[in-house]
This record gives sequence, structure tokens and C-alpha cells, in this order.
Amino acid sequence: MTAKAKKANRSGRSSLRRPDLKAPEPAIPEAPEPVDRPEPAEIAGAVPKPAGKRPRGRAAPPGPPPAPPRQREISISEFFTKNRHLLGFDNPRRALLATVKEAVDNSLDACEEARILPAVSVKIRQEAEDRFRVVVSDNGPGIARAQIPKIFGKLLYGSKFHALKQTRGQQGIGISAAGMYGQITTGKPVVVTSSTRPGKPAYSCEIQMDTQKNEPIVLKGGEVAWNDGGTGTRVEVVLEGRYQKGRHSIDSYLQLAALANPHVEIRYLPPGAAEPILFPRLVAQLPPEPREIKPHPYGVELGVLKGMLKAAKGQRLSGFLSRSFSRVSPRTAADIVSRARLDKEARCHLLRSEDVERLYAAVAETRLMAPPTDCLSPIGEEVILKSLRGQVQADFYAARTRRPCVYRGNPFLVEAGLAYGGALPADSLVTLHRFANRVPLLFQQSACAMTEAVLGIDWRPYGLSQSRGALPAGPALILVHVASVWVPFTSESKEAVADYEVIVKEIRLALQECGRQLGLHVRRQKKEAEASRKRSYIEKYIPFIGEAMQEILGMSDPKRAELESRLSDLLERSRK
Amino acid sequence: MNDLSKRIHGSARQIEADILRSRKPSLELPVRSLQNVHYNPAKGFFSLGRKRKARTLTVGTVKTFAQTLKMIATSKSLVDTQEIATKREMYYISKNWGEARFLEQDESDTIMDDVEAFFLVNREQLGFVPEEKGGDVAGRLVILDRDPSTGKTLRIDCTKFGSGAYSVPISVEDLGFETSARFILAVETAGMFQRLVKHRFWDKHRCILISLGGVPTRACRRFIRRLSDRCKIPVYAFMDGDPYGYCNIYRTLKVGSGNAAHINEYFCVPRTTFLGVTPQDIVDYDLPTHPLKEVDVKRARDALKNDPFIRRHPPWQKALEQILKMGVRAEQQAFAAHGLNHVLEVYLPEKLKAPARFLP
Repeated sequence: MTAKAKKANRSGRSSLRRPDLKAPEPAIPEAPEPVDRPEPAEIAGAVPKPAGKRPRGRAAPPGPPPAPPRQREISISEFFTKNRHLLGFDNPRRALLATVKEAVDNSLDACEEARILPAVSVKIRQEAEDRFRVVVSDNGPGIARAQIPKIFGKLLYGSKFHALKQTRGQQGIGISAAGMYGQITTGKPVVVTSSTRPGKPAYSCEIQMDTQKNEPIVLKGGEVAWNDGGTGTRVEVVLEGRYQKGRHSIDSYLQLAALANPHVEIRYLPPGAAEPILFPRLVAQLPPEPREIKPHPYGVELGVLKGMLKAAKGQRLSGFLSRSFSRVSPRTAADIVSRARLDKEARCHLLRSEDVERLYAAVAETRLMAPPTDCLSPIGEEVILKSLRGQVQADFYAARTRRPCVYRGNPFLVEAGLAYGGALPADSLVTLHRFANRVPLLFQQSACAMTEAVLGIDWRPYGLSQSRGALPAGPALILVHVASVWVPFTSESKEAVADYEVIVKEIRLALQECGRQLGLHVRRQKKEAEASRKRSYIEKYIPFIGEAMQEILGMSDPKRAELESRLSDLLERSRK
Repeated sequence: MNDLSKRIHGSARQIEADILRSRKPSLELPVRSLQNVHYNPAKGFFSLGRKRKARTLTVGTVKTFAQTLKMIATSKSLVDTQEIATKREMYYISKNWGEARFLEQDESDTIMDDVEAFFLVNREQLGFVPEEKGGDVAGRLVILDRDPSTGKTLRIDCTKFGSGAYSVPISVEDLGFETSARFILAVETAGMFQRLVKHRFWDKHRCILISLGGVPTRACRRFIRRLSDRCKIPVYAFMDGDPYGYCNIYRTLKVGSGNAAHINEYFCVPRTTFLGVTPQDIVDYDLPTHPLKEVDVKRARDALKNDPFIRRHPPWQKALEQILKMGVRAEQQAFAAHGLNHVLEVYLPEKLKAPARFLP
């Protein structure tokens, strides 16, 4: 949660000035905007809507006319109630899971940004038949007192949406949506406690939302003691929910989160349990810090480009290009401008619509370096192996981290892991665990590019069985991780990755590399089994040869024993 | 220790020496298939060719190898103690062999054939005797046998069995014969044999009737062989008119089986000729027929291509080609269509007028 505090500074104001860029979500024509921000200076470098955010269409009309006057205020709660399914709150069971997930994602992002090895505690208490209290606390840097209300009491407040950086959260909806859901269903406020200064008391407050204005109201605020004297944040939400075990449960979500984040320690107290479940930290090293990057021109859509130009009031075209995009040097910028037959000194905001279209076309025709890819933070082959070994009891493990690639100007990379044999069930379909930016994806498996890639591979040469069009079957577990500065989800509930051809291809390659290792292993295993079967076969029948020889030749027992041992040596050596 | 027992001992020594010298022991067996069978009309029987295959002891053959050695050991003890065991009994003996035991008698019979071929002896010499009896005999024949308890010579008159018959024993080597018959008629089916006995066919035609009951057993072949050799009388075969009757029953009777070619010299009757039912008989006597079965066609084609006996005798090739062309077969009993006794009143007497025209 703390991360938001630091990053929050960019979100609101810039949107006001670029009305066409503001709405991240499909159905929010009048999504209320954050009204005010304390530090207006930052905006020059504000990153617009991330390049190629979603494959489908633009969020706003491209034209220059001023935003039409608001016709009627739509309350945020009304919006939320209508769109809760988009955000993963469509039923009590999923709402409970989504609340845990958003809170944990935020905690992990915050800790990692502050370079703290995360330790997260999740407690769920059942307070009534359909009412649960979720308490998530972390050892992160804490959140500045002034930021708390906005982060937890305002929808669409956050920094991550405007930053091209590999983070778990992207849109600034999650945790406040959870709070709002709790408030709508139980009337209870969110309670946030945060300690930013070690050794000093923490600040705690209850936050209610003004759902008409999308504004937080602080009910009670005051200092309290923080348990261990360090820093951290604790969020409590009471909501209507349903707790269930199984494939789509909180339990399995946390287990998978631990699998993809072995540097995290998770302590989880399920409802009704006396003892917490501990997912211990398996690696004591934080993943490399992901870097924020500027958008790459190839990923920017025409409308977005227009908006950016409009917003860059007073800037010269050439300078704007090289400052706003990655991989555009002043020389490349000059190239693009002359290809578009424009003046490089032209004022950005004064360009006519057809000029912008030529500029857009010129960008596509200009050869540009791929965006920097060192901004990504993979889990890493070693760590995947360690994590799989720690959580999955198997005979064989493989992992592969692919080199970063680019889809629509967005760097991404794919990792795959595979466990085989051991305690894994042999007679069912393999288990596929999907992760995007280290977050487990539990739903919509069949709509996901990762599934598509798995299905597109013939697994039989790798020692698994597979019927046509189905997941492979056998004692195996497959893990796929897609990391990107902007993961192209198929919907806002972030459950399936869109099937960009290059992404599917990378996943396939990563899986095939693991598969080949698996194939070797399975063949070796078969060979060994065969050899031992032969050995036992030899040992089974040799005594009868000895016996027959003894009967025919009347030899002594020691002689017979020698004959038998010679014979088994002889056959062992030949193995044929 | 008799000769065979010594040979068994010698083979085991050889195997032992191989093992001690870290060489894989192997048993060299003659290849037992028609490809490795030669037919020499002058000798009159199938004999084994030179092709041999080595059964080397490997991981894959260790079980069979162990079973073969165990059977050889059993045989040696049978020979040494002058005991006998039937094939079925041998199968049961193996039940003491734990993991090496036979699960079906087929398995033990196959290995017995191997052992037989390996030592180039017949299984009776190994102490193994067949289960099945030889066949039935009726007609103008007196058999000289001994009473098992007193050793006194017994004279068995085969005309005195009424509607029954004398049964060929398992071992026929010591039997003596007295006969005034002009020929032996070997009949495929017991049914036809019954009819001929009932009407004292042997009396009217001065012959000996023998029922084979399908492919003749070794004892039956040996019996007919000794009888025809001793009494210098020809043997006429009366079989169904189909490829099985020609290529399996008749051919085995005459020249021996392809599978045990190493002992055919004693277990075949080269003096035999084929009375009927020939393909031409089917036409001449207007017999009711059945269409050839697919296996019959295959059998006939295979014989034309591979059977050394058929390939040596153009009349047989013609006969097989003719029946293939006709596409039908006829059984011995088919004569009943012309009256129950048509076969003994018309067909056989007509055929017997010209034995020279019988198929070889």
C-alpha cells in the first residue's frame, strides 16, 4: 500500500489536462477524477496512458474539442454496483478472494518498491454467516498519514496506471474497491493502520467513502502502538462474503502467490483455524527492482499520440518525441519528423489532425530499436526451481526464463516451470498455474494465452499423454509466468492474458524447452526402470539354470553358486 | 548311463565351460520350418536341412533357457531311471519350478520339441510319451503282442472286434504282424471307418482298415509304416477333398511333419498313395460341396509356394490348382447324398480298380 503513496503524485492532475486519457476502464464515461493534487509540478514528465494498454480500441475520442460538459454526475457506488463483475467482485465468494488478493498485491508491491523482504500476514475471521473480517498486514515502509484516506477511500487513485513498470497492481482500483464493497455490503468502514517511523507510534484511522463524490471521509484517527516497533501497514475490511476451499480459494491463491514469490513469507489464518498456515520464505533475496520506462512509439495509438501532443503545450515536436518516448534519439526524432514532412520546430499542440496522422504513419515506417527490456524483473530459473522444490514433491523439475521480447512496444518476458512425478497425481490432467507479474491467475483459464500455448504443444514426445485439444495428462505441474510493464489482460478483473501471437509464441518456446528436459528425464527413467526390470528378471531365473545344471552335472553347491554368480555378471554386463 | 544321457551330460559341460569363460552359452537348434525341410522322393520323407539357429542365453531368453535346461535335466533323470512321462505330466512336473514353471501346456510342448530337435532324437527316447493313442484298426490282420505281465505272445485277430476295433498302442516297435491283406486303407474320419467296418468292407476287398482321426499321430504313422514295410503292402489314403486333407493329413502321413523333420525317417509312410477324394472326384461323382474357406485358400497357396512335397509332385500342384479354381471342398461323407452305401458299393470299388492312377 505504501507504494501508492509514493507514486500517487502523478495520477490526478495530469488526467484533468488530458481528458481523453483519463478513463482506464471501459464503462466509465464519467469516471470521477481525482480533483486535486498537492504537487502540480511533476506533470511535465507525466506518462500518458501506457502504450498499447489494451488491444481493443481507445478510451477517448481523438479530436481536439474540449470535453463535453458533464451532464449528470453518476455516483461511484452506482458505477461500482454495475461493474463489480469487471473487478472481480461478482459474488460473495469471489469478493472475499478479491479483497485478500488486492490487499496482498499492494503489500508486496509496496515492500518490493522499498526493497524490503516482504512478510505478509492474512487473517480471515468469520463474524456472521455471510460476514467476514479480512485483516492484511505487512512489514512495508508504511503510508504517509496524509495519503491514507485517498489510497483506501477513493477509487481510481493510484500511481501504477500511469507508470510503465512491472508491478502487480495496475489501475488503482483494487483495494479501494474492496473497501467500497465492504462498505456497501456491511456499512463498516475500512480500518487502516500504518507505521512509517520505526519505534514511533503508528497512525490508525477509519475511512468511509462518500460514494456520491468518490471522496474519503476519515471517521476516527489517532495514534496506536505498532506491534513490533518497525514499519508496516495493516488493513481491515469487513465485507459480505463466502469462504470456500478448493481450486479457486483464498488458500490456493496464497499458496500460488508463495510459489511465484518465494522471497515472501506469508502467514495465513483461515476462518475458524487455531493455527496459522505458514508459507516460509524460500529465497532471502529480493527480485531485481523493475525499472520504469517511457512508452515505445510502436505501442502508442493514434488517439493517444494526439492527446500527448495536445498536452505537450509549447514543446517543439522533435524535442517532444525524443523526450517522451523510449528509443527515440534526437536524430531518430528528426528522421520521423522529416518522413512526416513536418517541421521539427513545430509546436506540438498546434499540429493539425492530418499532421498527426502523417506523424503516426511516419513512426510506423521508421526503424526503431526495441524498447529496453532490462526494466523487467523475472522470477529467474534458479528461484523457480527452488520454489517448486519447496512446494511440490516431485522427481523432476525444470525451469526456463526466456529473454525479454516486445509486443506492441511493451517489453515482456515469459518464464515456465515444470514439475514431474513424485506425489503428483498420475492419472489426471496436468495442473497449470498461471501468473502475471507474479500474481496467480485463478479464473478464466480457458481464455488465457498461457492455456492456449500449453494446448498448442504436442506433449507426447515429452512423455505425457494428451488427447486432441486437451491439456496433457500425467503426473506433472506446469507453471507459466508472464511479466510485463503492461500485461495485456482480457478484462479488468485480470484473470486471463490476451493472446498476442508473440506472447503465445514465447510461452510455447519456454514450455517446449522445459518439455525437452522432461522428455529426456522420462526416457532416462524408463530406461532405468527397464534395466532394473531386466535385472530382477535375470535374478529370478538364473537360480533355475543353476539348479538344472546341478541336476545334470551333479555339481556341488559352492560350484553351483559360482556358476550362478558368473552367469548373472555375464548377463548384467550385456544388458541385452 | 546310456548314450543319450551321456550326450545330455556333454552339452551341460559345454554350457558350464562357456559360462566359466564368461561367454554366453548357447543351444544350437535346427530351424524347424518348411524352409528348412528337404524332400527327396528317393528317400520318401521330409528331412531336416542344415539351417540352425543358436538360442543364446540373453536377458530376453533367460526364462526359456532356464526352462529348457530344467526339461533336459528332467529328461536325463527319466532316461537314467527308465521312467516315462507324458507331455501333460511333464507340464505338471514344471509346477515345482516356481517362477520358471509353465503356465500352459503349449509352452512346455514347444520346449519339448526344441529339446527333441536339439538332441535329434524323438521324444520317446527322451522319456516323454504322447498322450494320444494311435488310431483304430480293423480287418485282415493278426497282431503279435506280448502280455505285459507274463511276456507271453498274444495273437490279436483284427477281424474279431465285431463293430469295434483294435487300438494302436503308444509304442509299436515290438509288434509283429501276420496278414493276407492286399492293401491298407487309411481313412480320415472315424465315421467313415465305422461305415466300412459295419459292412465288412475289409472282408470283401481283402484289406486292413485304419482310422486316422485327423492328422495321424506319430504312433499311428509308425504303426502303418512298420505294417506296410513288414508285409510289403501298399497304403491308400481316403481323406476329405480339401486342402487340409491334402496338405496336412495326407502329406504328414506320407512324408512326415515339417515341425519334427529330424525324426520323420521313422514316422512317415512313403508307400502311401492318395485314393481320394480328389478334386476330379468331386466333378466325376457330382458331390455336394461347400465353398473353400479363406484358410483353405491360404493353405493351398502356401503349399504351392513352400511345401517341398507339393513342389516335387506336379500332379499335386495340378490338384491344388484345380480345387482353388473350383473354389469348393467336399467331405468323405458327401457320398451319402447318393445313398448311404454308395461310397462302399460304387466309389471305392471303382477307384480301387486303378490304384496306378492315385495321386502320389
